[in-house]
Amino acid sequence: MAFRLSSEQQEFRELLRRFFAEQLPSGELRRQMQSESGFDPELWKRICSELGLAGLGLPEAQGGSGFGFAELCLALREAGAVLLGAPLFGSAALAGRALLHAASEPARARLLPELAAGEVFALAFVGERGDWDPREAGCEARERRGRFALSGAQQIVLHGHTAERILVVAREPGGAADARVGLYLVEGSAPGLTREALRGLDLTRRCARLRFESSPAERLDAGGDTAAALARALDEARIALANEMLGGLERVLETAVAYARSRRQFGRAIGSFQAIKHKCADLLIATEASRSACQVAAEAVDDADPELPLLAAIAKAQLSQAYSHAAQENVQIHGGVGFTWEYDAHLYQRRAKASEIFLGDARWNREAALQWLAARAAASA
Amino acid sequence: MARGARRGERLMRRADTPAEAAFREQARRWLAAHAEPRRPSGNWSDGPQPHTPENERAYFERCRAWQRTLFDGGYAGITWPRRFGGRGGTPGEALIFGQEQARFDVTSGFLPASIALLGPALMRHGDDAQRERYLRPLLRGDEVWCQLFSEPDAGSDLAALRTRAERDGDGFAVNGQKLWTTSAQFSDRGFLLARTNFDAPKHVGISFLLVDMRAPGIEVRPLVTAKGDRHFNEVFFTNLRVRLEDVVGGIDRGWEVAKTTLANESVMIGTGRQRLGSVASLLREAQRSGRFADAALRQQLGAALVEERVLGFLQDRMQEAVLEGQRPDLDGSVLKVLWAESRARKAEIAIALQGAAGLLEGEDAPQGGFWQEQWLDRPMGTIGGGTLEVHRNGIGERALGLPREPRPDRDVPFRELRAPSGAPGRDGGD
Repeated sequence: MAFRLSSEQQEFRELLRRFFAEQLPSGELRRQMQSESGFDPELWKRICSELGLAGLGLPEAQGGSGFGFAELCLALREAGAVLLGAPLFGSAALAGRALLHAASEPARARLLPELAAGEVFALAFVGERGDWDPREAGCEARERRGRFALSGAQQIVLHGHTAERILVVAREPGGAADARVGLYLVEGSAPGLTREALRGLDLTRRCARLRFESSPAERLDAGGDTAAALARALDEARIALANEMLGGLERVLETAVAYARSRRQFGRAIGSFQAIKHKCADLLIATEASRSACQVAAEAVDDADPELPLLAAIAKAQLSQAYSHAAQENVQIHGGVGFTWEYDAHLYQRRAKASEIFLGDARWNREAALQWLAARAAASA
Repeated sequence: MARGARRGERLMRRADTPAEAAFREQARRWLAAHAEPRRPSGNWSDGPQPHTPENERAYFERCRAWQRTLFDGGYAGITWPRRFGGRGGTPGEALIFGQEQARFDVTSGFLPASIALLGPALMRHGDDAQRERYLRPLLRGDEVWCQLFSEPDAGSDLAALRTRAERDGDGFAVNGQKLWTTSAQFSDRGFLLARTNFDAPKHVGISFLLVDMRAPGIEVRPLVTAKGDRHFNEVFFTNLRVRLEDVVGGIDRGWEVAKTTLANESVMIGTGRQRLGSVASLLREAQRSGRFADAALRQQLGAALVEERVLGFLQDRMQEAVLEGQRPDLDGSVLKVLWAESRARKAEIAIALQGAAGLLEGEDAPQGGFWQEQWLDRPMGTIGGGTLEVHRNGIGERALGLPREPRPDRDVPFRELRAPSGAPGRDGGD
């Protein structure tokens, strides 16, 4: 298998597609997005226990299902197609990769099986400045007699207001730019933790601001270069998110083309006009480019490819550009009806925009890709 | 099998079966014995410099000589059946040979393009006598062919062509004009679309004819492009005689044959990998000149990097399908559009990187004017082989199933269609 899915992967994908189509029709999605958590805990339980999706890409000894990261990406692609609000990305991918790469061996052995079983973990790493660099995290960790306490604030924490467990990236005191960062665990019910749900553009995936005042925490990392381990985890999360965005992009393209085929004006289908036909053609071009970028990047994780940071930045840059643009073009192709509340086009547009920004927009990732290439060239010179 | 090693350079190595590995080794040895390795610069195979008619002629002769060397060595037409002079090999072997050949200072120039256009059309639609007579000399470059399709009033709308072939004794007399004919000045023969029936609708009255470019009744006039080269020609026919046995696929049935050649055209043009001018080389140039500090320029370079790598992934995806003997799940026009646009954008950035000297050309410009030439050559990607607009129509209709535009000219006898402005009315009608 490389670009073409293996028959097992194809079957897996079909199974998920049927599952999500049954479980999450538009009316149900809209019901769930009104709820506090933004998703149905029962559905999430089934996703974890019946389908085992939260264990994809994890080692089997630690609750993993024995499938690779590429399969996690396939699952995210199907979840993205239906705007799943449950934490397949936020917990299984984002927090999961942080645990996998930055936590000590005993911490992984204890927590990953819980994560795979469906406990919701949130990763809090974005400080007030709103950067994606884990070294800019908005929390400080203080140690007193072997116990740790966190203070500070983190924003844009996916599922942060309802998650059972919070993984917090925090700096050691001192405030120096090169202060080392660590990974800590805070229980959702911990004293000194205030959780505030934020109103996000994306109505189908919720996020929160968390404030910590001397909240008791457990240090998870084993020392060493935790910032580098987290950078790796975030690169893999970028790839996971890009694949989730790909699913949304494919669904948006499908919807736009179906409408262009059926909607008639001036006595013929609007898709027969070149103004619309060429828009659709450009969406397909962007989608094909996105498919290949996402697949290559997903496999790079399983292969531990040395180019992984470059491929992650390329995939995220490609999808940040393509998905948002496609979601807007979809509204444009639909005309006025695409701008109504009851039509799902705006839900995709909202998800696309939020995902475009999260973990770096196209501009951020182009810069990252170029700087990586420059650094490699300098190293080999 | 390892899941890795499947991008770019590594794709080819992983794909090698033991038989393919043996073939690669054999090809490598043969190439080393017959060609010089490529050098960082000054390779004759990068094209005639400067573009004088003499240099272009000399370049063409070297290309033809290399094609003959390939044929005699058994490496021309690797996937062609042996009975037509080919090697009877696999698409994987063709790919491998192309990869190995790219390390050497050799090229067959435009010959592989015309071979790929005419060869499959003759194999599929030609009769035994035609295949016997024409395929081998085509493959060896002993007879060089040009495609005589486009006309002044039949570009994107090729089936509107007005060159006419009228019955004349035991053959046809051809009159009319062709345009944008690549390398007609070097060609021995041409495959021509001409209208043989003005009473049928436009697609139905066309025949596919094989003509002798040295015959009386043909005049070739080079057309100098904006870039300054003589890539294209105008070709005029005045009572050119064509034999009945040189009709391919039946009288009035040439459009089917033309479709076979056109299908090959877009895939071919869209998939050429650029040897020179990667984003990595632009990055080095930006660092050397200090312009890497310009954040706006870095954004453009970053965007070009994403585009270049993504295009590479798409080409790998195409190749993978070819290697596994499957039909690519990717429309050739998608590659073509991305390739043309990526190439054009890179030229813009490269020139911006040159600062004031960017406004120079040729020997006076940095890198011998390579990027200025790429910039001027933009239409070869965006217009040549079908305009990007025509390709977008194709993507919409073939790949997405969108309905065609209404075509009021489709089912009407050709002679009843209004002549385009500037063309004589009712031509062929008398």
